[in-house]
Amino acid sequence: MYGPNGYETMPGGLTVTDLVVTYSGDNPVEAVRGVSLTVGHGETVALLGPSGCGKSSLLGAVVGTVEPASGTVAWNDEELTRVPIHKRRFGMVFQDGQLFPHLDVAGNIAFGPRMAGVSVEARAARVEELLRVVGLEGLGARDVSELSGGQRQRVALARSLAAKPRLLALDEPLSALDSELRTRLAKDVKAILRSQGVSALLVTHDPAEAETMAHRVLRMEDGRLV
Amino acid sequence: MSTPSATVRRQLAWWAVAVVPLSFLGLFFLWPVASVLVRGLFEDWDMAAGWAVLTSSRTLEAIWTTLYLALLGTLGSLAVGLPAAWALGRFEWRGRRTVRALLTTPFVLPTLVVAAAFSALFSSSGLLGSWGLDQTPASIVLALTFFNVSVVVRLVGNAWETMPSSLAAAARTLGASRARAYWNVTLPALAPTIASAAAVVFLFCSTSFALVLVLGGSRVRTVETEIYLQVNQFLDLRAASVLALVQVAIVALALWISARVGGARGFTQAVQGRRGPRRFERLAVVGALVPAVVLLVLPLSALIERSLRVGDGYGLDHYAAIFSVPARNVLPVSVAQATLNSVVTAAIATVIVAVMGLLVTALVARRSRRGSLLEGLTMLPLGVSAVVVGLGMLLTLNTSVLGVDLRASWWLVPIAQAIVALPLMVRAMLPAVRSLDPRLRAAAASLGASPWRVRWHVDAVLLRPAVAASLAFSFAIAMGEFGATAFVARPDRPTLTTAIARLLSRPGAENVGLAYASSVMLAVLVAAVMLASERWRARSGGGL
Repeated sequence: MYGPNGYETMPGGLTVTDLVVTYSGDNPVEAVRGVSLTVGHGETVALLGPSGCGKSSLLGAVVGTVEPASGTVAWNDEELTRVPIHKRRFGMVFQDGQLFPHLDVAGNIAFGPRMAGVSVEARAARVEELLRVVGLEGLGARDVSELSGGQRQRVALARSLAAKPRLLALDEPLSALDSELRTRLAKDVKAILRSQGVSALLVTHDPAEAETMAHRVLRMEDGRLV
Repeated sequence: MSTPSATVRRQLAWWAVAVVPLSFLGLFFLWPVASVLVRGLFEDWDMAAGWAVLTSSRTLEAIWTTLYLALLGTLGSLAVGLPAAWALGRFEWRGRRTVRALLTTPFVLPTLVVAAAFSALFSSSGLLGSWGLDQTPASIVLALTFFNVSVVVRLVGNAWETMPSSLAAAARTLGASRARAYWNVTLPALAPTIASAAAVVFLFCSTSFALVLVLGGSRVRTVETEIYLQVNQFLDLRAASVLALVQVAIVALALWISARVGGARGFTQAVQGRRGPRRFERLAVVGALVPAVVLLVLPLSALIERSLRVGDGYGLDHYAAIFSVPARNVLPVSVAQATLNSVVTAAIATVIVAVMGLLVTALVARRSRRGSLLEGLTMLPLGVSAVVVGLGMLLTLNTSVLGVDLRASWWLVPIAQAIVALPLMVRAMLPAVRSLDPRLRAAAASLGASPWRVRWHVDAVLLRPAVAASLAFSFAIAMGEFGATAFVARPDRPTLTTAIARLLSRPGAENVGLAYASSVMLAVLVAAVMLASERWRARSGGGL
């Protein structure tokens, strides 16, 4: 197994073991049925599968937005299954960005550092740095409602990276965009992830996107890896 | 391509139809209200007298009372309504819809019924009579809160319900604890909605004529009740006109604030499944709902209890009294007759609203400059309190004023009610009309339907539920209307609302008991019509 720079990946990273996610209700659904996987340091792994195969539920359980019925999520040797979302240091890029409507672009990107108690000056520097990384220099004061679809996803990516996550979860980050833009942005996102050396778990239904962005592609069907 | 002459012809046709609603609004709204205001400003070119009214301590006190009651009512509504909106919008739990429907009912109750309910609660022999709140500002603030909690629950609860839960989740993945995600993301995202709800509540509170008239008695006077007193007790029309000017300024202030805080920010993303409350959250949900539910249930049960209380026991005597003429000339007719009057006038008002409303809707559905002019004019009565509308009609359209020679002027009542209901009807219709997909019309036309047949087979069929809903709504508004009706209804031909107001203002257990029984009847009538309207609206998909 080789990492982004050709070096052998360090042991550890994300380890998911026998994860099960069920949704209770009148018709209980078992969305994830015992999945185990690993993501090494600096590695990007894609989960590829049709909609409804359980890949987003799996991602939610890793990040902490979904509570698993059983199984464990661990980083290196640290068990995280019962750790609240905000203490896992796992970032998430949502399908439709989920930018905060009451904050401008810079305010969105600075949110993570602000939560971490970073000083105002250091925050501003971090915002400038990430705007440069995602290619949106000078747009810090822009209202998020004035952004194009591609710009929104770039801001969402910058916002997640600004919080210095150890793992970045990307939930169909490009599927809301048109196909030409998607191909171009997929390459950009790949380059950004590599340059930041962050581990990433990408959920997508687009095989081309998975091949472009990931070191390794896992296929998922009906709640299981195949 | 249309030739210039075709364009001109179309414009002429538009104006030919527009003449009907324009002359209706001009004659029964613009002229009366404008003449009241002009009269207040410079009757006999003597502005000093008007200035004297304005600066009298009595007027200043009424202005001050109006403002602080509206402010306290707004704060109270937010304090009780926001926790309830949270409990109803944030979580999914069994019975949520029922509680939500319950909490939004006060909105459809006529203000006079709310006033009667709180007077039943706080009057000396009432359930909480020992609290000594009768005829105090506190009782009015509580009643304002009762009425407007439903506005907060409706607006803020909806926004909360449709806010994507992943917005808070995004904050959590960026390192925000649950509490910080709430303070830094959820509340700021809701802030525009909360602000615009507060502005609407402030507007409602500053025009709550019936509540103050009934609950304030002789002690608490706002600008609107002062207008009524000046006309009915002191026969001082100059003072009333000056006060009407003040009231228009207050409402303009409220509207300006509401425009400044901007519209509610809509969340259009698909709503993701909300979860049920967990552990201590259940306690919080219960705790958040208790004040709103208690505030809702107490006065209404007090009203029903008092309507059934006869001497030391209980009975239906007060309900039976609805069918006989009250003793000692309190009313010239029975309450049953007044109810019949109300139903007839409300029906006439609804017919007027239907004709004018459909004409206006058809004329402004396609956006144009002349269209938005007409739309603005139709909405104008919303920006002038009903009391000012009623006063205007009383002063200009009765050839002789104030009970001396009221000639056959009963038709002023349905017209006044139509003026009040028309903007609400048009506001309910326009989104439904504008959301009709033009491709449906194009499809029908391509299948060989002529323009008139398109209108009949497509537009009319699709809009039928929306029309039915908005007309039922107009009927309910007209039935419960009091502000304008109080000025134009003839004493010998009372409506149900003016009859109740008169009964409430008279001493004697029979009168008050009859007033409570009549209020229950009015509430049931109006609520039934409103529920039917809501049901039709749900089918049509339009909204207010």
